[in-house]
Amino acid sequence: MSFGGGYSRNEEGATSDHQARAYNAADAVARRSYGKLVAFLAARTRDVSAAEDALSEAFASALAHWPTEGCPANPEAWLLTVARRKVIDTHRGKRRDELAGEELRVLALGMDFGLERAGTNEGIPDQRLALMFACTHPAIEASVRAPLILQVVLGLDAKKIASAFLMSPAAIGKRLVRAKDKIRQAGIPFSVPEREELPGRLETVLDTIYAAFTEGWSDPGGTDMARRDLAEEAMFLARVVTELLPGASEALGLLALMLHAEARRHARRNERGDYVPLAEQDLALWESAMIDEAEALLRHAGELGSIGRYQLEAALQSAHVDRCRTGHANWAEVVQLYDALFAVVGSPVVAINRALAIAELQGAGAALVVMQELAADARLAEYQPYWAARAELLAKAGERGEAREAYEIAIGLERDVSVRRFLQERQATLGR
Amino acid sequence: MEYLLMLYSEEGSWNQLTKEQQGQGVAAYRAYTEALQKAGALKSSNRLQPTSAATTVRLANGKTQVLDGPYVESKEQIGGYYLIDVPDLDAAISWAARCPGAGHGTVEVRPVWSMPG
Repeated sequence: MSFGGGYSRNEEGATSDHQARAYNAADAVARRSYGKLVAFLAARTRDVSAAEDALSEAFASALAHWPTEGCPANPEAWLLTVARRKVIDTHRGKRRDELAGEELRVLALGMDFGLERAGTNEGIPDQRLALMFACTHPAIEASVRAPLILQVVLGLDAKKIASAFLMSPAAIGKRLVRAKDKIRQAGIPFSVPEREELPGRLETVLDTIYAAFTEGWSDPGGTDMARRDLAEEAMFLARVVTELLPGASEALGLLALMLHAEARRHARRNERGDYVPLAEQDLALWESAMIDEAEALLRHAGELGSIGRYQLEAALQSAHVDRCRTGHANWAEVVQLYDALFAVVGSPVVAINRALAIAELQGAGAALVVMQELAADARLAEYQPYWAARAELLAKAGERGEAREAYEIAIGLERDVSVRRFLQERQATLGR
Repeated sequence: MEYLLMLYSEEGSWNQLTKEQQGQGVAAYRAYTEALQKAGALKSSNRLQPTSAATTVRLANGKTQVLDGPYVESKEQIGGYYLIDVPDLDAAISWAARCPGAGHGTVEVRPVWSMPG
């Protein structure tokens, strides 16, 4: 977490002990409330950059004053007071027309109200949902939504986000600025969408959070710290959504899906760092508590009665776990779940996984027929899992030559060294 | 906030419609404009003459350069606009989606700089 790089250490009259305490207090507030503070400060002006800057200055001020003055009883309120002043000043500077006077009064009043609440047990009003909907608005370019939501709601700094998304900090910084400008200039609303639009817009929020999660997940070995943290941050965001929208079954589904994926993180690689497929994983390495939580969430989601993509994906994870634990083949159920998922999502990924499940149920021949129907999709030509699945099916069907070729293509398309090694080993078993 | 809704479409397409279809089109636009007016959102709107009537004016080397034709040569050209005043982008998008122009072309939604009083 960076406080906008603005901490100044006040050496006079402050012992390092006081400094440490001040830092810890500020850090704790940042962890619990950063997103809430930004949302609150940005809600009226739609100016996210100004809110972040104001907050960053407030944190700097905290680190300068708290060591000598002591940590305040209500640190959120303290920070808000400082940030509020800065936001109003910035806004006053930008709007010089006669309307500005009235607007500033409304702005100031609105913040005062929030400040009063901040002083009570209720705390600052939580407008993070509105902020998340603004960050994932259709008018915001799709590929910047995940970085944006991570920075604005969680306070992650651009450098960390950049390294996780494999971009340069400068490039991502520019795109984030552009996105925030768009929110302000185009008048993207800060609100939870109306009932009819909510499911569609919520899906975009969930897709964005999932995109952040899978970025963090492209490093399943967990060796790249930046990326592993991203998976945890994404899960935190999903939790926030489930708390703020308790009736949203898809949010519960997403969290369940993520928990399932995280639960098996350690089993996915062996000591040599090799990739271990599901069927060969050591169940003792699975985090049962996470799996239990995922199951409970999925059950709860089911009670809410509206199925969707994430619940189906979580249900598939649940079915796989069940099969591995009990040894009972449940491929018919799995194929049915894939049928349902394909009806909702219709992506090549789903189609491929469905084909593999069909192979378990009806044999490789039937699955290859299904794969053949997919072959028309041009996107698959460069999609490693397609070729790996095809190779596996061809091998099962006894077509060694073709299987070897398919593995070759898959290997050429794979970026992860240990997955490549896994594919190479599989290819080697085919013999000459 | 004020937004300009710019209606882009293929120029030839209107003339390819039957008289009846054109009548329906006109009625649709009239109804849309009325709806905007009733909602208090309409600031102004106009249909533009085709690009065959367009002239491009530019200053090059201190000299005024006047050329026949539109600024950009493309299949879809701007054929009309609506200037509306609504609370936020979602409202503007909602109106843009209802515009008959969205059905046979594209509507661009752009916020207007607010002018000092």
